[in-house]
Amino acid sequence: MHRTKVTVVEEALDANNTIAAANRMDFDRAGVKVVNFMSAPGAGKTTLLEAVAASLPDVRVGVLEGDVQGSLDADRLAALHIPVVQLNTDSGFGGECHLDANMVRSAIPALPLDEIDLLIVENVGNLVCPAEFRIGEDARIMVSSVTEGEDKPLKYPLMFRTCELVLVNKIDLLAHLDFDLDRLLYNVDQVHPDVERMLVSARTGEGIDAWRDWLARIAVGEAVTV
Amino acid sequence: MHELSLSSAIVATVEKHATGRRVTLEFYFEFVARGSVCEGATLEQELIAPALRCTPCGREWTLEEPIFRCPSCGGSEVTVAAGNEFEVESIEVEEEACIAPR
Repeated sequence: MHRTKVTVVEEALDANNTIAAANRMDFDRAGVKVVNFMSAPGAGKTTLLEAVAASLPDVRVGVLEGDVQGSLDADRLAALHIPVVQLNTDSGFGGECHLDANMVRSAIPALPLDEIDLLIVENVGNLVCPAEFRIGEDARIMVSSVTEGEDKPLKYPLMFRTCELVLVNKIDLLAHLDFDLDRLLYNVDQVHPDVERMLVSARTGEGIDAWRDWLARIAVGEAVTV
Repeated sequence: MHELSLSSAIVATVEKHATGRRVTLEFYFEFVARGSVCEGATLEQELIAPALRCTPCGREWTLEEPIFRCPSCGGSEVTVAAGNEFEVESIEVEEEACIAPR
């Protein structure tokens, strides 16, 4: 036996990106736009979806719900009478902390792509791993709620850098918090200059119309693409 | 979990290129390597300092904090010139010695 050095020079995430591209082709063929919806646990992703998913004008929305375990969020969204498919990641190592392209691929046969125009993929709550793994999306939205602190863009820069829209949620709580909104927006701008931002409250409905319009523009292919 | 996923991505890339030959690397990722061609391997890492470049003014600088606005002109059109690499550059494999026929 002898040892030989073999030159490789290949991105370690190429395998994921190749599958993401295949997903994207399937979605494009079906005429479905895809949003990867990400945040920390408890930032309000599901409540924000409940506020818009059934009320996008002329856009049929479906949701792919990613969770480590269970179908609590999917059950909430199914009550809106929209197609919802649950994807659980608990098969290995106590549950994968993100969705990757292959997991989303495995869910495609269950998705009614002919019956929807916009697929929103609610990722597993996590500010780290989901940012690394493309799934075949047209756009990425991340939610940062005001209860999480102003420093989050500086602590999780990749998440804030890889999205096309930052939703700042729970602004109805601002009066009760020692939270510096200007500082958060400044930090977002430092990490991702000029990224689009919206201040919203899923609870009171403030800012929700603007977010719904943004999704509607994605659905007809008008807005940014990745 | 993050490191686990990334280690798995490295192992998958190595497996593709090793095509059945045993690999010699150096790393703590023994855990994901177990049972794969990377078992027993060690991983040598080369860390690349992140460098940014401002498109309008051409300023280049090394990133120390995650601040992506140009320190010279304040511009937002900034590209990552280096540091995004997450590549398997090369692998070392064990092969049967080639014995020339007499």
